[in-house]
Amino acid sequence: MLTKQKYKYGFVTKVPSEKFVKGLNEEVICRLSEIKKEPNWMLDLRLKAYRHWQTLKEPKWAGLKYPPIDYQDIHYYSAPATKQQKKAKSLDEVDPELLKTFERLGIPLNERKRLAGVAVDAVFDSVSLGTTHQDVLKKSGVIFCSISEALKEHPDLVKKYFGSVVPYRDNFFACLNTAVFTDGSFCFIPKGVRCPLDLSTYFRINEKDTGQFERTLIIAEDSSYVNYLEGCTAPMRDSNQLHAAVVELVALDHAEIRYSTVQNWYPGDEQGRGGIYNFVTKRGKCVGKGSRISWTQVEAGSAITWKYPSCILQGDYSSGAFYSVALTHDKMQADTGTKMIHIGKNTKSTIISKGISADHSVNSYRGQVKILPQAQGARNFSQCDSMLAGKNSAANTFPLIEIKNKSAVVEHEATTSRINEDQLFYLKSRGLDTESAVSLLVNGFCDQVFKKLPLEFSVEAVKLIEMKLENSIA
Amino acid sequence: MLRIQNLYAQTEGHSILNGINLEIKAGEIHAIMGPNGSGKSTLAKVIVGHPEYEITQGEILYEKDFNYQNISQWTPEERTKEGLFMAFQYPVEVPGVSNLNLLKASFNSICKHQGVPEMGEEEFISFVKKKAEMVGLPFSFLDRSVNEDFSGGEKKRNEILQMAVLSPRLAILDETDSGLDVDSMAKIAQALNKLKNKQNAFLLITHYNRLLNHIKPDFVHIIKEGKIQKSGDHRLANELEEKGYTGLT
Repeated sequence: MLTKQKYKYGFVTKVPSEKFVKGLNEEVICRLSEIKKEPNWMLDLRLKAYRHWQTLKEPKWAGLKYPPIDYQDIHYYSAPATKQQKKAKSLDEVDPELLKTFERLGIPLNERKRLAGVAVDAVFDSVSLGTTHQDVLKKSGVIFCSISEALKEHPDLVKKYFGSVVPYRDNFFACLNTAVFTDGSFCFIPKGVRCPLDLSTYFRINEKDTGQFERTLIIAEDSSYVNYLEGCTAPMRDSNQLHAAVVELVALDHAEIRYSTVQNWYPGDEQGRGGIYNFVTKRGKCVGKGSRISWTQVEAGSAITWKYPSCILQGDYSSGAFYSVALTHDKMQADTGTKMIHIGKNTKSTIISKGISADHSVNSYRGQVKILPQAQGARNFSQCDSMLAGKNSAANTFPLIEIKNKSAVVEHEATTSRINEDQLFYLKSRGLDTESAVSLLVNGFCDQVFKKLPLEFSVEAVKLIEMKLENSIA
Repeated sequence: MLRIQNLYAQTEGHSILNGINLEIKAGEIHAIMGPNGSGKSTLAKVIVGHPEYEITQGEILYEKDFNYQNISQWTPEERTKEGLFMAFQYPVEVPGVSNLNLLKASFNSICKHQGVPEMGEEEFISFVKKKAEMVGLPFSFLDRSVNEDFSGGEKKRNEILQMAVLSPRLAILDETDSGLDVDSMAKIAQALNKLKNKQNAFLLITHYNRLLNHIKPDFVHIIKEGKIQKSGDHRLANELEEKGYTGLT
């Protein structure tokens, strides 16, 4: 009998923190903006968003089951209290306890141990601790820093693009995020630059009863290229925590942005106690001709996932892609998918979604492909496969296809299968034990998506999925 | 190497094997022939531990470290790691898993169990290359997903390739000859003859004696209604060809 490997990243870092008292009002937002020393326009936008948010209702269309969220019972800001009052100048000055935390998570930050080839922005609760490899990035003109820093150092750039892909009125959670976002990453890749390193943000929730509202903005100017990776974990707790992020991508003429996520927030225990509520709005806009945006995600955590990384294909010949593996186990609920909005001529989109549901979990794909009247020659290919790995699990597929231009070519394929006894026996009779056989089968099932991940991420993703499925299958 | 004593097995309440007795020694080739539904394939599956069948009586004894042990409770993977192998009649497809990856995973699992060091990547690839050549499969074949979109002949060859790589002590070939054209059959038979030695044994399960014209069995057993009705040497297969199952039993 296999034993359940507990959530590997469930530890708590004991650092004193400075946090706001629970609750949300205009004063809280003003203080937040003040701490961050933001320009006035940002505060105005936050307040505008907050006022609008108060008129909105939480969306219920995904049919997710969870008790009502009390938005007044959340700390909207929490930061580790540093001994010196100033922000650490370099990562080497950061509280060793925090550096240790990231090291335990497999993300060493200090100069000697940091990951080669990847620049990391480490976000702990509501603040960014710092960003590695600044020297190399600066040389090529790439800006990679926390969004708070960008608001101070590059306010015009932020102002130009912030909210241009996800306006504050977009939806309930994006609106809340605009009002209260604390930190996140900002990336700017200038014209013609191929970013010399992969850029990566690692989000860690540590404090109890805090919400994490991060905001990420990536801008790729003409003919530039960037590979961006995002990872996330949180401690194990009995109470639920809210995570409502917004990510905006802007790709100008012939630019390419590849955005990959391995999401491993704490999913709650077998009874469904605790876990992160992950309500995220991610959207990319292919503004320029021939621009490309791809979302690759491995969603393996969170009690609730509500997330639809999408592409607005505005530029002619632009293309969008969504590659997703979503794994649910125990009592997790995932409602994830994508939207591909074809506006420009000869735009192309690809959707590959793989859902695996084990135990009592519910795993849904929800997608929309929309071809507007002016999108002559648009093409889409969608493939949505579900694998059931438990007798009490459920898999749903909700594809929505809207075609307003007759020249469009849209293909959709969907399958649902169970982990097949015959395949299992075949592999066992080749000398593989149940665990290895299952992991081979699951990796085979997810292969098309794993192939799209950067190498180090794909190794991580494979291990993560194997670890999570071990108990469910046995 | 294998002793089956008074073996009874059933599935979903239907009794399929009704007192099988069979002994296979190292260096021997046995053929089991019988009409449809006689229990041939069931016998093969029971030997390798298919979970669909339940042994109700009797024993399967297998020689391990010079001792005979009852392997009825062993898992299928334990049996394979101890040198049993079945070439399936209908090999299943495993999408997304390449042939090479499966071969490597199997080979390493067996090496680990037997305390033999695993081969390095390059060494393993050239080892597999040779075996693929022997069964007549192009090397590019190894990057394809296991059995996915394979022709019937390719699937059968792939089973023999796995066998060649894993070099089992006792290989059970379940209707490896069915659905093969003459040339493919000759190629597979040639490979099997190369794989045969004094230390291993084959159990061939077949309807016809087509394959047996290429591989000469030491013993032929005729099975009907879950019981071995008649045993003899290779001439029994020819006799069967002439008289049919009803004439013989």
